[in-house]
Amino acid sequence: MDAFALVPWIVFFPLIGLVINLAFGRRFGEVFSATVGTLAVFSAFVVAVLQFLSLQAHPHGQIVHLADWINIGGLQIPWAFNVDTLSVTMMLVVSGVGTLIHIYAAGYMHYDVRYKEDPGSFARFFIYLNLFIAAMMILVSGNSYLMLFVGWEGVGLCSFLLIGFWYSRNPDGSKGLLNSQAAKKAFVANRVGDFGFLLAMFLTFWAFGSLSFDQVLPNAANVEPSIIIAIALCMLIGVTGKSAQLPLYVWLPDAMAGPTPVSALIHAATMVTAGVYLVVRSAPLFGAVPEAGNVVAIVGAVTALFAATIAVAQNDIKKVLAYSTISQLGFMVAAVGIGAYVAGMFHLVTHAFFKALLFLGSGSVILALERAHHPLDGHHDEHHHDDHHDEHHDDHHAPFDPQDMRNMGGLRKQIPTTYRVYLIGALALAGLPPLAGFFSKDEILTDALHANMLVWGLLTAAAFLTAFYMGRQIWLVFFGEPRTKAAKEAVESPPTILIPLGILAVLSVFGGLINVPVLHPFTDWLEHTLGHDFAHATVFNFGVAIFSTVLALIAIYISWRLYGRKPLAAGEVDPLKQRLGFLFKGMENKWWVDELYDAVIIQPYRRLAAFLADVVDWRFWHDWVHDTVIGRGFGALARFLAEPVDMGVIDGISKGLAAVATGLSRGFSLLQSGYVRNYALMVFFGVVLMIGYLVFSS
Amino acid sequence: MIPISYYFALSAILFALGALGVLIRRNAIIIFMSVELMLNAANLLFVAFARANEALSGQVFVFFVIAVAAAEVAVGLALIVVIFRNRQSIDIDEMSNLKG
Repeated sequence: MDAFALVPWIVFFPLIGLVINLAFGRRFGEVFSATVGTLAVFSAFVVAVLQFLSLQAHPHGQIVHLADWINIGGLQIPWAFNVDTLSVTMMLVVSGVGTLIHIYAAGYMHYDVRYKEDPGSFARFFIYLNLFIAAMMILVSGNSYLMLFVGWEGVGLCSFLLIGFWYSRNPDGSKGLLNSQAAKKAFVANRVGDFGFLLAMFLTFWAFGSLSFDQVLPNAANVEPSIIIAIALCMLIGVTGKSAQLPLYVWLPDAMAGPTPVSALIHAATMVTAGVYLVVRSAPLFGAVPEAGNVVAIVGAVTALFAATIAVAQNDIKKVLAYSTISQLGFMVAAVGIGAYVAGMFHLVTHAFFKALLFLGSGSVILALERAHHPLDGHHDEHHHDDHHDEHHDDHHAPFDPQDMRNMGGLRKQIPTTYRVYLIGALALAGLPPLAGFFSKDEILTDALHANMLVWGLLTAAAFLTAFYMGRQIWLVFFGEPRTKAAKEAVESPPTILIPLGILAVLSVFGGLINVPVLHPFTDWLEHTLGHDFAHATVFNFGVAIFSTVLALIAIYISWRLYGRKPLAAGEVDPLKQRLGFLFKGMENKWWVDELYDAVIIQPYRRLAAFLADVVDWRFWHDWVHDTVIGRGFGALARFLAEPVDMGVIDGISKGLAAVATGLSRGFSLLQSGYVRNYALMVFFGVVLMIGYLVFSS
Repeated sequence: MIPISYYFALSAILFALGALGVLIRRNAIIIFMSVELMLNAANLLFVAFARANEALSGQVFVFFVIAVAAAEVAVGLALIVVIFRNRQSIDIDEMSNLKG
């Protein structure tokens, strides 16, 4: 018995939750909308688990046709679900991590909506989250590039909506438009990538005559390699947009403007991995042209190192994690670029666990400080939110950034549970055995060593920095003495927040077991879909494992020397700053990439826009063409038609006719003398004429 | 037997007299009488031809004409009486209100 026919529900359950919350969420309160939203995603998770169980019996999966969508000539695209080991892996991660984050969000948003003085937005948040899950499910389950693209755009939309969730505020909570600008930046950067993806789809249809995976992928060998290179490189542009790789990564750090559960769900665990999924799904295409794969690998590896250097010098707890996410996505992209598809997917899954854990943990830390900074407890009853709205209005704009790590310190005593799970996440990210990150990162490094030394070198350096910046973060946040009053009085988060953290911590510890060396069950699992060529087991390499572990330990030791041995005091300059000087300044300022883009792309674009608006549109088109040519020309034509033509000719005709009629009738009226004898005379002459005619005509 | 051309001449003279009367007299009564003269000129011809052709239909026609003339006179005299009451005159040149 298999449950493949149930797979459409993986999309419908979140949609149902969305509709219910849309209709009733605001009316029935927070508990209702959080429960509906969470249950919707949990139901999707149950469906995903059923798919997983069915795949145990039928590992090659099934294509479930739901409805016809596009049917034009040679282009036939049904709404079909592709259930195989790869898509079900993604479904499980998305709905599983998604469920945990929904539970977490129920606790987190309860406070967040009150700090932002808009409790009505609670239901809106869950509507967006459910919409995101539905779109992500369409993305991972679609059986064609176009269905994937539908989900791809859907998650992009949800990302936009959720980054700009507090659209009238700045990331620090004050009134402003910076959140909206971050949302716009994410959307625009993604559009650049989408453009590449669209081109790739056009090329694919042109070359293969179809967009369905089951018709495109097996035919990769029959198509000219140069075309496949073009398709793969266009697809890479899409990947760099969605998965935040060089050069389009700039939107992801700004995306941290969204509420923390969003950062965890969308901008760390699931949506940003869509690009990696796309490459793995297209493995036969990338596998057919190693040149394209190399480009992908280099892009990923350079991104991994580049973003890691920036993460080292960030002070915002979420910004560190954001650059870390870019860096880890670089690992995955590099892995799939060198053909280590299983390693890439493996890292995707483990990263989803520990990065979601870290983001949610950082949310718990931020919340702890925020609650200490302006306590809301006692105002929990949501019916009174209007009252405390006014009370809190004044102190809300106090210049305190609860995300700045320099405002923290010593938090392990105040929030011990958060500290423990955060530590697990950090060590997993740093890649220490036997946590999840160790196995997946190690598999990537081992594959890279065999495939491309340059990629291996870049990734190893990035892994070293990863361990360093995570160590720095742990020391800065949890050790030393509290550097602010808020840090001293930080409050541990409620169970709705801590329980998901605990589950994710367990997953971060044991997640590596899904592809444990020697047994490698995950490789066998994906081999059903990818085939043996693209899913071969990596032989565990002790040299690589020991080398990277030792590097990580050294990095953590250095971070202890800098930040742990003598904790940072309040107001003190970062100790790395004196030692690295200019280099640190570069890292701190994100290597001025935003400034570079601003100077190279945005400012010229603005100038072009200003030129087009002012000179071309306003002066040339409006002033000259419209006003002078069209306006005056039309005026002259209208005047010509009005004066000579209408008033002269047309009026002349009608007035002339009237004058003729008047004259004629005036003439005839003279005959009407009123004298009967005149009339009689006329009758007489008339009769004489008629008789004369009759007589003389015959 | 009087030749028919005599009747022609007499009828034409009578008709011409009647037409002249209608055209030049101003008294409404005289005009009516002139109209009767023209009708009777026509009647005379009818009777003359009826006799010359030994056909009765012409004489029958004359009776119709006499009957219609009587009716016409009745209506016309009534009109003249009304006009006289309004204007104390039956000079038809004074009745020119419908001048254009």
